[in-house]
Amino acid sequence: MLVTWWTILRICLEERLVYRGDFALGTLMRFLPIVTQIFLWGTIFETISGEIAGYSYHDFIAYFLLTMVARAFSSMPGLASGIAAEIRDGSVKKYLIQPIDMVGFLLLNRLAHKLVYYGIAIGPFALIFFLCRNFFPSMPSSETMIAFAISLVLSFLLGFFLEAAIGLIGFWFLEVSSLLFIYMLFNFFFSGHMFPLDILPYPWNYVFEAMPLQYLAYFPAAVWLGKIEGESLLIALWVETAWVLFFILVCRVAFHRGVKRYSGFGG
Amino acid sequence: MDRSSVHIDPRDRIQKPHYGRVFLTFARNSLVRDMTFRSNFILETISSLSWMFMNLGFYLLIFSYTDVIGVATGWTQYEFFVFFATVAIVNSLVQTFFMPNAQEFSELIRTGNLDFALLKPIDTQFLISLQKVNWSGLGNTGFAILLLLFSLWQLCNRQAGFSLHPIQVLLYPMYVLCGVIILYSLMIALSATSIWLGRNQSLYNFWFYITNFSRYPMEIYSGPAGDPRRWIGESLRNFFSFVIPVLLAVNVPARLLAKPLDPSNTALAVYTVFGTIASFLVSRMVFYRALRGYRSASS
Repeated sequence: MLVTWWTILRICLEERLVYRGDFALGTLMRFLPIVTQIFLWGTIFETISGEIAGYSYHDFIAYFLLTMVARAFSSMPGLASGIAAEIRDGSVKKYLIQPIDMVGFLLLNRLAHKLVYYGIAIGPFALIFFLCRNFFPSMPSSETMIAFAISLVLSFLLGFFLEAAIGLIGFWFLEVSSLLFIYMLFNFFFSGHMFPLDILPYPWNYVFEAMPLQYLAYFPAAVWLGKIEGESLLIALWVETAWVLFFILVCRVAFHRGVKRYSGFGG
Repeated sequence: MDRSSVHIDPRDRIQKPHYGRVFLTFARNSLVRDMTFRSNFILETISSLSWMFMNLGFYLLIFSYTDVIGVATGWTQYEFFVFFATVAIVNSLVQTFFMPNAQEFSELIRTGNLDFALLKPIDTQFLISLQKVNWSGLGNTGFAILLLLFSLWQLCNRQAGFSLHPIQVLLYPMYVLCGVIILYSLMIALSATSIWLGRNQSLYNFWFYITNFSRYPMEIYSGPAGDPRRWIGESLRNFFSFVIPVLLAVNVPARLLAKPLDPSNTALAVYTVFGTIASFLVSRMVFYRALRGYRSASS
């Protein structure tokens, strides 16, 4: 079993390394929107003396940079659309014949993808964070850093199973692209990618903090910046774990039921 | 007809296509296709509208914390909404007419189906750029125009000294068109490079990252004296105005309406016309250069 998984992981790693040039360029590109954010918020803060909901100008920029880290863990480009496409064109059959589990295989594939990505992206990330070091407050305590690391791992799992669950909807609706677009839209705003969720006025801040999307970008960044501490941090990590387990379960059930519905023809 | 009596010039044998009529056919075909999958069409319209609403919500959130973006820039809420509406109009027009085609371009190259486009007796760039119309994008244009009218109405009512000159109203659509052409030129040039690269992922995505700079008023690209933001901002502003003029695409039409006509804007407006023509010509050059490097995929 372990050998199989190791082989799968190795193949995926090699496959990924083929496009390393594309990867490095793509990573640097992804920081370009941060440049506009630095200027936009810099201009906004010209007329605000002090803070917006506890965030200074520097906190804002540090927040955006940290959400980039979180998104590097939680974003799963092409996962849901890939699953739906495999269901639609029938190549999902291979998982039914071969003794491998589809969701498990995809998880390893994604893990390999991410490992390669970090290996290459660490360069651009280190460069940008070094250039922007003045935006960051002093280093947080070691407990905060551990919580940050846990929140990143959990955000990877949550991102994966959430998006896989959406892809598996393809068993019921063959075309999920418009559904995916709506998900991406919500994800972009309500994960906190565009602004820290806690600057929202009441009652919106509560609505968004109840949703799992916040763990994909807002939560890890807020942990690093010390916005969530002590008991509430622990509770939040447990809630995040519960969300991960919930979506693992959803994936299992959806795959099981979906395969029962599925009919494949031809060779 | 007695054929022998008609002299046929060999150059006339290939009929010149009527571009307007060809485009109308493309538009009609796309509409028929969109109406065949009507629920998908409605869903697409709604989802791109909700993107607008979310952005609008974000800006409302910003204006709940401040009255104006930047000191003495004049971008208070409704001026900024004029700007945002212009962003939306320009972008939705690009999305409606050009984006589906640029997306498909790399696919045509990869599969070798570009052969069929090259064989047709019509300008290849025209055919590649306008073959498909994504009608659902026009929902955003409609909403943006409403937002524009509402914001202008608010400005006329609330702000003393704000008035619209007929020239502003006449020039606005022209500069929106310039903006669309600038963004289109960049898009088609970037996607044409996929002929050289084989795959175009990075470069087509480039378009979104570059045009991101055009989504905000150009005044933001500045900073306090002594801060690196000052010189970085100035260089960005110059680069995206004079080298890749995406900053002009929205800023010029939006300023035209939201700000009183002032001489410093005039120079920029005149330059924009020049920049638009230059962008289009450069994109055409890149496009045909790239086509020369096209090797069809084996079938």
